[in-house]
Parts: sequence; structure tokens; C-alpha cells
Amino acid sequence: MISAVFENYHYSVVIILMMTGLYVVFSSRNLIKKLVGLSVFQTSVFLLYITIGKVAGGQPPILVDDGHGGGHGDGKDHHAEVATNLLAGGEAKVGGAQHSAEVLYSNPLPHVLILTAIVVGVATLAIGLALVVRIREVYGSIEEDVIADLDHRYNLEGTAD
Amino acid sequence: MDFLSFMPEWLITHGAAVLVIMPLLLGAITAILPSERLAWFVTLFVTVFSTVTAFAILLVIFGGETQLYKMGGWDPPHGIAYVIDGLNAPIIFLICSMALLTTLYGLKSVVAEVEPKKRAPFYAAFMLGMAGLLGMVVTGDAFNVFVFLEVSSISTYVLVAMGASRDRRALAASYNYLILGSIGATFFVIGLGFLYMETGTLNMADIGGILRNLDGGSRVSMVAFGFITVGLGLKLAMFPLHLWLPGAYAHAPTMVTVFLASTATKAALYLMLRFTFTVFDVSFDYVFTVLTFIITGLGCAAMLLGSLSAIFQTDARRTLAYSSIAQVGYMLLGVGMLTAMGLTASYVHVLNHAVIKGALFFALGAFWYRYGITRTEDFAGLGKMMPWTMGAFTLGGLSLIGVPLTAGFISKLQLARAALDRGWEWAVVVIMVSSILAIFYIGRLLLAAYFQSPPEIDGEVVERNEAPLIILIPMWFLALLSIGIGIYYSDFVVQLGQNASDVLLQGDRP
Repeated sequence: MISAVFENYHYSVVIILMMTGLYVVFSSRNLIKKLVGLSVFQTSVFLLYITIGKVAGGQPPILVDDGHGGGHGDGKDHHAEVATNLLAGGEAKVGGAQHSAEVLYSNPLPHVLILTAIVVGVATLAIGLALVVRIREVYGSIEEDVIADLDHRYNLEGTAD
Repeated sequence: MDFLSFMPEWLITHGAAVLVIMPLLLGAITAILPSERLAWFVTLFVTVFSTVTAFAILLVIFGGETQLYKMGGWDPPHGIAYVIDGLNAPIIFLICSMALLTTLYGLKSVVAEVEPKKRAPFYAAFMLGMAGLLGMVVTGDAFNVFVFLEVSSISTYVLVAMGASRDRRALAASYNYLILGSIGATFFVIGLGFLYMETGTLNMADIGGILRNLDGGSRVSMVAFGFITVGLGLKLAMFPLHLWLPGAYAHAPTMVTVFLASTATKAALYLMLRFTFTVFDVSFDYVFTVLTFIITGLGCAAMLLGSLSAIFQTDARRTLAYSSIAQVGYMLLGVGMLTAMGLTASYVHVLNHAVIKGALFFALGAFWYRYGITRTEDFAGLGKMMPWTMGAFTLGGLSLIGVPLTAGFISKLQLARAALDRGWEWAVVVIMVSSILAIFYIGRLLLAAYFQSPPEIDGEVVERNEAPLIILIPMWFLALLSIGIGIYYSDFVVQLGQNASDVLLQGDRP
């Protein structure tokens, strides 16, 4: 049990970050702190994706000339194909990689995916912060309780103060 | 098929991509347009164009074809494929046509509800949201779904917040939606990560094939299914995850509320169907268990508690928002039955509810446009003050309750039949109770509007002041459509539902 946690320590890191982020989102009543929690939560997912793209002993997915190919087109295509085959299985197939002469690549696809997710995360954070600025201007507070209280009074009176 | 002969060939072949790219490109340009009127015309152009394209594609699909569009000519599963079949073609047409109607409506209502300098960006965000929804529905690539989900969500946060010049609570509502929506989307992307770990591919059909070969896969796919269900559940306002919805619907500009109510939750429900039946399969025991016991239960809870909460709201928009949560419950109940009849009923209700809620929210927007009314207590005498608008509201309300000869009746009848077919008599009781609760929350508004006299201000009775024609046209179109579906087109809508359930259940055939 304990050894499983340490062998897959990267998953432990992801889970700890994920839960920390979610807890901050739900527990804090300050709008900025909530956004911080949300960012931590999203970042943990970036880590999750990056760890599943890593192949033990794999190098960056750049074509290298390892001598016997001589640089002609067919050899390169062959390399690319081997890499794809290996990576389709993710980490599970790493142990079965007998092509010792071939180059082992890490899977670039999750990195590309997470690049998109990072952009999305930045956009969300930007919109969120912009909203907090507007809320601060209109309500004069960024504490959720104060805002809920003001809204409640507004509901009872039917007029804005 | 005459209509198709007028369409250029390229529009049919590239239709799937054009639908998404048009609003994306022109939306970006609209953001910097100097004049709001120009921005409106661009939006109108995009929505008319998309509606025509979507209609042509719908006709092609109705002819029994399935369109597979390869982005950039790359073959799936390595390239991104856009797939249009009997399941998503009606939803695409629904999104485009609702966008067209709301744009017509927006000519007047946006002027009343959004600050002048924000109107051109408003239309830009609207088009981005539309592009996101269309992309979510049309794509066959799981990660692409996430990207478009976020495109539509982020522009929706902005659109909801634009309601702040009418009602400052829109800001807090938008913030809540942002927090919950982002958590939902992140849950979804975690689920996709696990699916990718298990299968090594992102193409939905490919994932589905691999998972079926693995007979459901290991615990990793099980966890993936959980994350994806919760993530999409947040987006479609599944019962305990619905907290963002009332605020967002109540305080957003009317045009946005109508568009959200009739398309956003529907697109999310479509994704749920697609993931549950195409990517995963009901023959996997974990999918079967979750749908039969959890989704059905949550659907029933939503039907009862959503309708009950709707009765006690003081704001008419909130009443309808809680009613939307209840209606999502009907759809989930149909999905949870896992039979062809249940899925048909659920799909029919998706289409009907979009029409009904569109008409109702249009009418509520018109009340605000003329008299600044959103509270239920201010409804007194509206039947005399705005007879045409109130007429459309009445038709929509009756349809929501499920009075015979209306669209709501068709879908509830289908659902009740499906429940009896499945042997779930208790579900029929739940449908009945929820419909009776609907009589209360709609009836309360109708009673006040027709049987109370208009209020007096300074000793004078408030005069009749009907909404402008451009607001009445889309509203009455939807109201009459909901009656038309009930009387003439019920077979057609049910046929659409059956096509969809055929697509969903084809995995079960060996």
C-alpha cells in the first residue's frame, strides 16, 4: 500500500494538488482566494496529463540520426511509426519495448493537449479576475458573505441602494 | 429535396466545418466593429447562414446518410473528424435556429439591457458562444469537445455578466457560474485523461471500439466515466449540480437567457448521451449501474424538487429557471430507462423544451422591456396590459404543464409510455406529480395576469403597452410552434427522436 504510493509518487502529487485546489474553492469565502484554488485545481490536471505522456527512459520526441538510417526518408518514417506504436499503449507497453536499436520517445501528444488546456485556464482566470474587479466596483466588497447579504437585502427591498 | 438543389455543393460537403468556423471568424471581427447596428447585421448574417446550412445538412442526414468530415484531410483516428448523424443534426439545427430567433429579438432587447459601448462585443461573445456549442455537438474528437466546451462556457460567463447594467446581481451569478463551470470542465478533462491512459486515442468512435474490445476496460475507464459524468452533469444542471443555473438565467440579458435555456443545457445533454452510449456502452456494468440507479434517481429528484422550488420563487425568471432544472430531470429519467422508447422520449423532450422555454423567456423579457417587471407579484393585470405577449406566455405555460394538444404533452406522453414499457409505474407517478406542481407555478402567474386588475400609479390605471413587433415575432413563432408540434408535427418530432435513439443503440447490435 505505502510502497504503491511512493512508486506512483507523481499521482500522489497530482491528487494532493487536486484536492487542495478543490478544498480552497469550496471553503474560502473570498472571491480571489476561490480563483487561486481553481487555478491550483486546474494545474494539477496539467501535471496529470504531463505524467501520462512520460515514457520511462524516453527522450524528447525529436528525430535523431542514429547512424544506420543515413538520413533518407524511409528510415525516418520507420522511426516515427515505431514511436507511434509505442506511445499508443502509453506507459503500459514500455516494458515490452524490445527494439533496443530504436530510439524511445516520450509521448508528445498530452503535452500538446495540455498546452490548449493551459490557454483555457489562463482565459478563465482572466475572466474571473475581471469579474471580481467589477464586483468590487459595484458591491464594494470581495467577500461572498457581504455580497450575499447585500443581495438578500436588495431582494427584500426591491430597490438598489 | 427541392431545397437541397439550391444549395451549392461545397456547402454540403464542408458544411460541418463551415458551421463552426463562420461564427468563430466573424465573431472575432465583430468584437472590433465600431457600430452596434453593423454588429447586429453581421450576427444576423451568420445566424441566417448557419440556419440555412444546418437545415440543408438536416435534410441530407434525414435521407439516411452520415457525414464524416476530416479536418485538413487527416484520416481519423489521428486527425480530427467532424461527424454528423441522426443524433446531432437536429441539435445543430436547433442551436442555429434559436440563435437566429434570439438575434432578431436582440435588436430591441439588447439596446434596452446592455450598455451602448458593450453592444458590439456582446454580439461577438454571442457568436463565440454559438460557435462553441456547435463545435461541441459536431465534433467527433473527445479533446476537441473540451476545447469547444470551454469556448462556449467562457463566452457565456461574459454574456451573463453583461446583464450587470440591468441587474448587478448578474456579476455574482456569472462568477458562480465561472467557478462551477470551470470545475465541471476540469472534471471532464480529467476523465478524458484517464480515457487516454486506457486507450491511447482521442477519437470518440475509436475509444468506443477499444473499450468494447476490452469489455469495459479496467478501473481506469470506470474512474474516467465517473469524472466525465460529473463534469457534464455540472454543465447540464443535473440536480445536485444545478446551483449555478437559477442565478445565471435570472440575471443575464434576456437574449442570453433564451439562448442558454434552449441550447446550452441541451448541447451538454447531447454530449452525455454521446459519451454514455457511443464512447462507453450500456453493456459495461458500471455504466449500466450509474444510469439505472444514480441518473434516474437524480432525474426524479430534479423533477420533484425543481418544480417544488419553482413554486416558492418571488422572481418569475427564477421560477422558470427552477422549472428548467425539473425539465432536465425528465430528460435524465428518459436516459436512465436505457430503452429505445426512453431515449426517444428524452430526445423529443430536449427539442420540445427548447421551443417551450424559448417562448416563455422571450415573453418574460418583453415584460421587462415594457414595464421593468420580473417579480411574480407585479404580474397583476398583465393580461390586459400586454395581451399578445401574455398570450404567447400562456401558450408556452400550458405547453410546459403538458396540456393535451401541446408539445409538452407529446413528450410527457412518450416518457410515461416508455416508463410503463420498462415496468416503472412509479416513474409515471413522479411525472404526474411534477406536472401538477407545474400547474401551480405557471398557474400562479397566469391567475395574477388575467384575474387581477392592472396596478394604479398616481390614481391612473397603467395603460396597455404592447411589445414591439420584432420582439413579438420570434416569441409567437415559438409559441405557435409548440402548439404546432402538439397537433400536426408530433409524428415528425417523434421520428427525430427515434432516429437519435437508433444511432445511440446501434452499438448494441452485434
